[in-house]
Amino acid sequence: MNVKMQTQHLSAWYGSKKAIEDVTMDIEEHAVTAIIGPSGCGKSTLIRCLDRMHEILPKTRVEGKVLLDGEDIYEQPAVAVRRKVGMVFQKPNPFPTMTIYDNVAAGLKLGGIRDPDELDGRVIRSLKQAVLWDEVQDGTGKSGMSLSGGQQQRLCIARALAVEPEVLLMDEPCSALDPIATAKIEDLIFDLKKDYTVVIVTHNMQQAARVADWTAFMYLGKLIEFGRTRELFEHPREELTEKYITGRFG
Amino acid sequence: MKLRFDRAARRIWKDRAMSTAALACVVVALVPLGSILFTAASQGIQSLNPGFFTSAVPPPCGSASTETCTPGGVGNAIEGTLVLVGLASLVAMPVGVLAGIYLSEYGNNRLGRGVRFFVDVMLQIPSIVVGIFAYTLIFELGRAGWTDPRSVFSTLTGVLALATIMVPIIARTSEEALKLVPNATREAALALGLPKHRVITGVVLGSARSGLVTGALLGVARVSGETAPLIMTAFGSPYFFQGLNQPIAAMPLVIYTFGLSPYPNWQHLAWGAAFVLVLMMLGISVVSRLALRGRFSLAEVAR
Amino acid sequence: MRALRAVTARRRARSHGRAHAGATPGDVLFQSLSAAAAFGLLLLLALVTLILLLGAGPSIQTFGFSFFTGAVWNPPAHPPEVYGAVPFVYGTLVTAGLALLLGVPVSLGIAIFLSELAPPWLRVPLTYVIELLAAIPSVVFGLWGVFVLAPVMRDSVEPAVQSVFGFLPIFSGTPVGTDVFTAGVILAIMIIPTISAISREAFLAVPQTQREAALAIGATHWETTRMAVLTYARSGILGAVILGLGRAVSETMAVTMLIGNRNAIFGSLFDQGQTIASWIANNFTEAGPLETSALIELGLVLMLVAVLVTVVARLFLTRVLRVLEVTE
Repeated sequence: MNVKMQTQHLSAWYGSKKAIEDVTMDIEEHAVTAIIGPSGCGKSTLIRCLDRMHEILPKTRVEGKVLLDGEDIYEQPAVAVRRKVGMVFQKPNPFPTMTIYDNVAAGLKLGGIRDPDELDGRVIRSLKQAVLWDEVQDGTGKSGMSLSGGQQQRLCIARALAVEPEVLLMDEPCSALDPIATAKIEDLIFDLKKDYTVVIVTHNMQQAARVADWTAFMYLGKLIEFGRTRELFEHPREELTEKYITGRFG
Repeated sequence: MKLRFDRAARRIWKDRAMSTAALACVVVALVPLGSILFTAASQGIQSLNPGFFTSAVPPPCGSASTETCTPGGVGNAIEGTLVLVGLASLVAMPVGVLAGIYLSEYGNNRLGRGVRFFVDVMLQIPSIVVGIFAYTLIFELGRAGWTDPRSVFSTLTGVLALATIMVPIIARTSEEALKLVPNATREAALALGLPKHRVITGVVLGSARSGLVTGALLGVARVSGETAPLIMTAFGSPYFFQGLNQPIAAMPLVIYTFGLSPYPNWQHLAWGAAFVLVLMMLGISVVSRLALRGRFSLAEVAR
Repeated sequence: MRALRAVTARRRARSHGRAHAGATPGDVLFQSLSAAAAFGLLLLLALVTLILLLGAGPSIQTFGFSFFTGAVWNPPAHPPEVYGAVPFVYGTLVTAGLALLLGVPVSLGIAIFLSELAPPWLRVPLTYVIELLAAIPSVVFGLWGVFVLAPVMRDSVEPAVQSVFGFLPIFSGTPVGTDVFTAGVILAIMIIPTISAISREAFLAVPQTQREAALAIGATHWETTRMAVLTYARSGILGAVILGLGRAVSETMAVTMLIGNRNAIFGSLFDQGQTIASWIANNFTEAGPLETSALIELGLVLMLVAVLVTVVARLFLTRVLRVLEVTE
């Protein structure tokens, strides 16, 4: 296993409430890692610790280490970390005042890319990677809000991909989408792992089983079990995991 | 690669610069506030003595003056402001609260929205224009023989101006206060078989009490500081209250005329009056803040 | 007329339908009473407009449109009596423009600090403190302006500005402290609480997901504010600025006490000038009959401008609210 990211004894708090506790796990490069578990188990908190988004909320705290290529991201500038580790959120959140093009180019412009040809090339490439290009190529000047929910989510994926991150975090990216849009995003996730390391949080076990190479099961803030997806679903080692995947709680 | 690094450093530098600038903006706003409060307190406090509140304004007392200076006070202006604001409240509060009831309890339709729009328009009329209105109305009534033409500059005209400013304020704050009463409260009372007007007068107004009082206080605060509309209505006077058809003094007018005068004793009185007025405004502001906070938490509990 | 009656009848029927079944005579009486108060307010508004028109009548009849092109104000003592509004409209525009120029950036900075940067425990108290500025009466601002601000402007700020920008004609002349520039500064201070409070509301209405979107592509705090907050809240900001403009235009006392009150079209910001409101305040009680009428016409203009500005601002602000409802 070629480890891209690694958490070491990671704990995180909201105020005095401990949301995750002592999580240690590896994330394989060019693979999809799913984090599953019932609501409130800390899976979103965990993924938000991986690109230092947890700390943007007031009164939050993180302990432990998150290594990216062996270096602790909490010892690097957060802004730089987030350019290497992109993120896609539960609800599509394109910038409503920007066009489709500008949404994708937003991160590039922050990076100082001004050359129109280079911008064009990278915007188109990102839209293609997010499998949105065919649907929007005639109207990238339109508002991002003119797209359907599923298209908006792929636009957000394109926006995240445009800055060429090494890792892409997805926090329940399909929870606001219909089944057809969900299927498209799942196909997309499968393709993305060729170029990226993907971590996805999902409350949908079937989705984890379909897209993920590795699966982590969390419960009450603790990492209960982590392993190859097939193994975890077919031969869970922990009783809690088995109960959860057989639908006896959650 | 070096270029990239420079850009990252520049972005972080700019981030810090903008944060500092935003903080600086807060300081820029706090400096005049602090300076006003400090100057009003330090200049005003010297004039505060019992006579300040009870004596009428003194004659000017400059260095060239050979007479002995009488200290005097702004008692007549305090009385004038109390009379003007009191009478204006007497008119504006019942009308304003009733209008607020209409907007909140009966105005949830196109007609109500139209009325609300025009009430908001009234709120935006510059206060000096309201002064002109009051003056012109009384003047024209006098020309038509309905009132004494000599009473254009009078207490009554001043009250007319202040009440006109106050009514829309009371109406809108009352509406907002009433709207904060949860619908469940209304429904619970209606379910007891109370007729709607008893629900409103008995239950809704009671629940909105602190909000209504806050709105009334804000209205009082606003008109107590009004100066421009009094220039051409109440006009100002060196005497205590002389009658509704006579000019009357007011705190803001004293601040205006005495503040711009060349006489030190008048200037000191202006600062004293400003200090009293500012204290009153700050007091009302703080009290209304506390009342609002209480009301919001009450609303949350009720929900 | 028949149509009107039909509409009224329909309206009556509808309002009956609304007043739930079993409305008692007391209900009808109470509703009528409160409706009378509300419509009384509308009548009052109509009366204000009517009385101002009546009062302005002689001036409108005598001068017609030339009132708005004339720059001369010849009171009865200097016949022939002629009144023109240009210098005052000009003064109002310049001071209000100056107030926006100085006040808007500061207000936005405050709003950004209060909604994006300040530590949570500081936000609420600091918001209250800034709002205290709005509680201070205009005449107290004026008094402070005369005794504290004007000397500072005369001795420090204006010479400093002049030493840098003195080559510009708008900064020529001898700084005296009570002038157009100082009036603009005091107006800027006075509109800060309005603009910063509404902008802050608009910023707080920006969904957190927008900020996260910007942060996740590696934006700094400031870049997030610019990209996700300021652009999202732009109509709210515009509404806030226009409301601030309305306040600056109608503000009377502080400007009257600080602007120097000279009837002339000034070229330099260090000259004395006047605004519509300050000119009315200074001259109303001593004016002759036709002059009073001309001053009332000025007041009418002021009212129309202030109301129009606010209506426009509200259009922007309600659109913000509607957009928010849709996107939330």
